[in-house]
Amino acid sequence: MTQGAPFNVPFLAVAALIGIAFYIILSQRNLIKLVMGLGILASGVNLFLVTLGYREGGVAPIYTHAPIERMVLPVPQALTLTSIVIAVATLALMLSMVVHIYRHTGSIDSEESRTMKG
Amino acid sequence: MDKLITHSPILIIAIPLLVAFLTPLISRANEKARDVLVITTLAFVEFLVIVLARDIYANGIHIYTLGASSPTLTIPEQYMVPVRIILEVDAMSIFMCIIWATVSLAAGIYSLSFMKEETGRDRFYTLLLLMVVGTFGMMLTGDLFNLFVFLEISSIAGGALAAFRIRFADAVEGGFKYIIISSVGALMVLFAIGIFYAQYNLLNIAALAQVIQYTMLDKIALTLLVTAFVMKTGVVPLHMWFPDTYTVAPASITAMLVISSHACMYALFRICFSLYGVTLNTATVGWIIIILGVLSMFVGVTMAVPQIDIKRLMSYHAISQLGYMWLGVGVGLAVLGNPEALATYGREAISGGIFHILNHAVYKPLLFLTGGALFYRTGTRDLNKMGGLGHSMKLTSIFFIIGALSISGIPPFNGFASKIMIYESVYRLNPILAIIAMLVSIITLASFTKAFQSAFMGQELPAYKEVKEVPKSMIIGMGIPTAGIIFFSLFPGLIVDWVVYPAADALINQAAYINAVMGG
Amino acid sequence: MSKIVHNMASFLILPILIYGLYLIMHGHSTPGGGFQGGAVLASGVALLIVAFGSHSTHKSVKVPHLPILMSIGLLIFIGLALGGMFQSTFFHNFLVGSSVFGHIPPPGPNPGEMSGGGVIPFISLVIGLKVLAGLSAILLVMALASSRKEIEE
Repeated sequence: MTQGAPFNVPFLAVAALIGIAFYIILSQRNLIKLVMGLGILASGVNLFLVTLGYREGGVAPIYTHAPIERMVLPVPQALTLTSIVIAVATLALMLSMVVHIYRHTGSIDSEESRTMKG
Repeated sequence: MDKLITHSPILIIAIPLLVAFLTPLISRANEKARDVLVITTLAFVEFLVIVLARDIYANGIHIYTLGASSPTLTIPEQYMVPVRIILEVDAMSIFMCIIWATVSLAAGIYSLSFMKEETGRDRFYTLLLLMVVGTFGMMLTGDLFNLFVFLEISSIAGGALAAFRIRFADAVEGGFKYIIISSVGALMVLFAIGIFYAQYNLLNIAALAQVIQYTMLDKIALTLLVTAFVMKTGVVPLHMWFPDTYTVAPASITAMLVISSHACMYALFRICFSLYGVTLNTATVGWIIIILGVLSMFVGVTMAVPQIDIKRLMSYHAISQLGYMWLGVGVGLAVLGNPEALATYGREAISGGIFHILNHAVYKPLLFLTGGALFYRTGTRDLNKMGGLGHSMKLTSIFFIIGALSISGIPPFNGFASKIMIYESVYRLNPILAIIAMLVSIITLASFTKAFQSAFMGQELPAYKEVKEVPKSMIIGMGIPTAGIIFFSLFPGLIVDWVVYPAADALINQAAYINAVMGG
Repeated sequence: MSKIVHNMASFLILPILIYGLYLIMHGHSTPGGGFQGGAVLASGVALLIVAFGSHSTHKSVKVPHLPILMSIGLLIFIGLALGGMFQSTFFHNFLVGSSVFGHIPPPGPNPGEMSGGGVIPFISLVIGLKVLAGLSAILLVMALASSRKEIEE
């Protein structure tokens, strides 16, 4: 939201990231790429949360030696931090499960390593 | 005692969390001490839930503000809106909490001998207590972001528990599918929370319900929330992960995962009834929920009939029973804006759906635990290989018969009581829905007759000559839900008056929910 | 890894640890806090794993000790939270106004005080410890499981 750009560029970036992430999750068969797609989805949602707090001409919400100006909203930044922590734990768990699937079935393709049908 | 009641909502969440991280330290010293500690904690939480329930049925909604100078100080001075995390417990929340406390106690006792040959059991109990914490948090909270955090806690712990037996390849695959679906759903919930915060600067459900207008962005948020919770609950058409995960998890964990997905359904009802209330287009959203319910009922039971794996058969039946609950509450939502229809049959429909949640939560864990008992003694889940086990496993077969008759809705068991409430009220909205529901009930009975005959009746097979009854702790674990079934079958009217009607009234009454937090 | 990487890793680990501890301790008045500081400390452990190999790092940072650190961390956290319950509610900041970290800063822009915040610096410290233990456990176990010696077996 600078002076020259006519659109809200960060929100377009959020839409692009989430769109790419859903395309990856729905179409890729390699399990590692599936996990990467989930990481990109998490990044998109985190970017959305930080961007919605922006106020025109605002500074970072820290009171130490702060200039007397508007501040951006601090609450979405706390929500984003929590979401990043949760994403780290989830990605670690998913990757260790992929390692176990590889050890049992010898492939990380989601069609070849499938054991349950119907 | 009074102080215990005031602080009980946060103690229900904090004490299992404390014990969850005490177990790795204690199990280095003594294994038996850890078992005793876990069961004692679960029993103490059950006691706290019952004490809080009696207080709520006497005095109304119970509020707890975290970090304030007094528990009921929701809005500090010089502020206009609540700024702290508020736990708001009304009759519907405590109803779900009673179910969860009982089922997790039964599953904990069952796991004492079911998991005896596994390594790393201290991590199992840590994860079990974390899942208990996560689901309690989802049921007790009055704040949207808190709901998201506890949703993620319970789904990560549940996924790790479902994949716990890593020596089986399909267990890891089932757990992986559960984590992927939960992650995508939870991120969609977070996006919707971001939309709410951007418009109204509020995260508290009651405060948001007071100022919400049904703008275009709110419609997008509602769509995202409904899709995310439909994915997490396992309703058709997003149910593909459900049988895979519930088949391969250890039997006690499957019983707990059933109630955990009911908690996601409770979260959706809380959002539709208490957050949006009558501002949303109740006819449209109600009919969408009704159609999803009917689809689940039908697809679930027709996929269950040709199954040969006993736990997979039960998972498909769980999907079909979920359809009954969605049908009942959907009918109530569809007539929410119409006070005359609401008084005549809407409240009955919501009560039928809620009573069906209670009944399902006692007979479905019982069925999964008996499936686990069969796996424990014979080493297989394949119905073609089993046979004639009724000769040696008498108690297990009795539990299975009780569970199967309950789920099919045969009088005098409790399944019949809730199903007839649903049939009668849904018939007034549209007769075709009630006819489909009755048809599904008949097909359920057929499928369970086949399962019982394959597993328990017939000649005793030579491969299973030395099969004895299951150990005592597993019998106690199965006995707790059976006691519940028998109690609900003998006194259904009492249960409906004490527990179900207050819960249905708490859902319909949005004004009381808002006033408890925003004061006067 | 070559000699240059070994020497630089041994030299750089100390500033990384100090920076992580700085982020943790100043979390209540400048950007930073428990999770951020703990993640920087865990990146120090990651530097050791990359430079020296997972088996050498395993001799100093043993895997069975890490869950104990995590448990102790969380027990202190919940103990501090329950401590506020005797006066008023769970998580109440009972150290504000007292002698330990009890300074109340004036509202609005100010030069910033280290000795404020009540219970928050203790909570940041404990969370930093827990995050360090947790992330190091993840990194170390995954590095050990996929190391060259395991694959050759």
